[in-house]
Amino acid sequence: MIAYLLRSLAQAIVVMLAVALIAFSMFRFVGDPVANMVGQEASVTERQELAQRLGLNDPFPMQFAHFVRGAAQGEFGMSYRQGRPVRDLLIERAPATLELAVLSSAFALVLGIVLGVYTAIHRRGILANAVMSLSLLGVSLPSFLIGIGLIYLFAVELHWLPSFGRGDVVSLGGWTTGLLTESGRKSLIMPTLTLGFFQLTLIMRLVRAEMLEALRTDYVKFARARGIPERAISFRHALRNTMIPVVTIAGLQFGSVIAFAIVTETVFQWPGLGSLFIQSVQFVDIPVMAAYLMFVALVFVIVNLGVDVLYFALDPRLRGATTAPAR
Amino acid sequence: MRAPSAPTPGLRERLHRAWDSDVAWSFRHSPVAIAAALVAAILLLGAVLAPWIAPQNAFDAASLNLMEGFTRPGELSAAGHVFLLGTDDQGRDVFSAILYGSRVSLLVGLASVAFSIAIGVTLGLAAGYLGGRTGAVIMRIADIQLSFPAILIALLVFGVARGLIAPQYHERAAIVVLIIAIGLSNWAAYARTVRGSTLIEKNKDYVMSARVMGRSAFSIMGQHVLPNVMGPVLVIATINLALAIIAESTLSFLGVGVPPTQPSLGTLIRVGQQFLFSGEWWILLYPALDLVLLALSINLLGDWLRDALNPKLR
Repeated sequence: MIAYLLRSLAQAIVVMLAVALIAFSMFRFVGDPVANMVGQEASVTERQELAQRLGLNDPFPMQFAHFVRGAAQGEFGMSYRQGRPVRDLLIERAPATLELAVLSSAFALVLGIVLGVYTAIHRRGILANAVMSLSLLGVSLPSFLIGIGLIYLFAVELHWLPSFGRGDVVSLGGWTTGLLTESGRKSLIMPTLTLGFFQLTLIMRLVRAEMLEALRTDYVKFARARGIPERAISFRHALRNTMIPVVTIAGLQFGSVIAFAIVTETVFQWPGLGSLFIQSVQFVDIPVMAAYLMFVALVFVIVNLGVDVLYFALDPRLRGATTAPAR
Repeated sequence: MRAPSAPTPGLRERLHRAWDSDVAWSFRHSPVAIAAALVAAILLLGAVLAPWIAPQNAFDAASLNLMEGFTRPGELSAAGHVFLLGTDDQGRDVFSAILYGSRVSLLVGLASVAFSIAIGVTLGLAAGYLGGRTGAVIMRIADIQLSFPAILIALLVFGVARGLIAPQYHERAAIVVLIIAIGLSNWAAYARTVRGSTLIEKNKDYVMSARVMGRSAFSIMGQHVLPNVMGPVLVIATINLALAIIAESTLSFLGVGVPPTQPSLGTLIRVGQQFLFSGEWWILLYPALDLVLLALSINLLGDWLRDALNPKLR
């Protein structure tokens, strides 16, 4: 068991180092870091001094080691555009994005499971088929259009919900949340739906496929033969056995949800990491881009590790195994 | 596998054979596929023929009349014209803008799919045929591409390209950069599939005999294996075309795609969004409809093609 966990951990570290190498190469080779930090009037000596201080004259491996050491402590230098430490920018904006991502994942998971079970049980039903066709439409509908559609309906026409921003937020020891005020909760509704929609179709299709599979198994047939009510079979026997792959996929998708939040945050002018990243791409603010890349990679790696551990806890057959199960 | 010694059939016979094939049969019997193909063909034709059928050159600022701005669809403008789908704030005909916009969207979509096929198929063939360490390294890189969201990769490529290209060339390079960015974020699916089929094909007799005849690995991969692994590639390409068009419109919507002087559907939607609150809904709605119809019809065609080429799935 320890070998298995150590192996997962080692893989995670290799991935982080690879991403760090990409991020570092961006920082080092795209544009001139010195020119981006000093004003136009800086003299040659000032430039050389800064280059020396940043360690730009050191050999490449040493510079990379320096970068990794900094990144491990959350140091990514100063933003070219805003002139503030990138770390402060990330800490300031992370709560908005994480709150949105967690809520929309929960929304997609709950509704996706309900719809998936329904469409699997009533495979030939009219409503189930309508839901399946709608999900295909959902795949073709870019998420920014879903957001705009919601804004038009609920903000422009009905005036029920605010069309942009987070509303009033409460600060809890450095973590800002919109869940404690009414305007904050109202502001969360549309971005959550928009961001969760793509996940929803994915989870629904997965649950449906897994359920159809499970309903064909022997243990379900035996349960029927024993006269257990159909409802209990669906939920206690079939659904329970589909949960492992579903939770895995939903977990692994969490990193994508954070990356996808870029679009949702732009539509709703949500002050999170995604809109920060878009600005940094537009203005070629490399330190922010590099830090965002590392952040998304870190989320990926942590979730992956968590899923590996969870697998281990859920599936007794793995105990004693040294490799991760094929997903 | 084609038999090179058989006499080449005439055009008529070949058409007849194509009409009788399984794929054509399943197409004729699928109303959804026919409808989707029809819609896609109309949208494609509109985009290709835009310079000839559009009432107005949407990219030419000189042909716009500011007096005609915000004309409602089908109503008479201040200068006495009727615009089928209305005009935007600058008096640009929305219908013409859509035709020209879908031209840009389709160009970027098709070119980026071609680019990712070129990378993915080459790397997949190499990984499958050569195997060993080369194959392992290629597939590891493909894994990395697959585990990061395409939009993030495309945005990073775009940002890096922006940093490398001098600012005065940004606008001119935008479309090429976009094609490369989207292409680089979508090649791994091809590489995986092609590698899988190559692993099967390379142990078949025709590859063995080509090897015995002394053909080089390069020519075996290109001339013998490649034609036999292209079927699944076609299916992925169709579905990826819809994804690429959506990716392009998303990037343009985010303001990091094509410049507003050369709007794609995404740019038009970005522009139209500003007028949603003041009630000029048509500037947004029609480009959005065009985009959804385009993506949906291509997705439906892709779904149909996957089932038609793979009878086991039915």
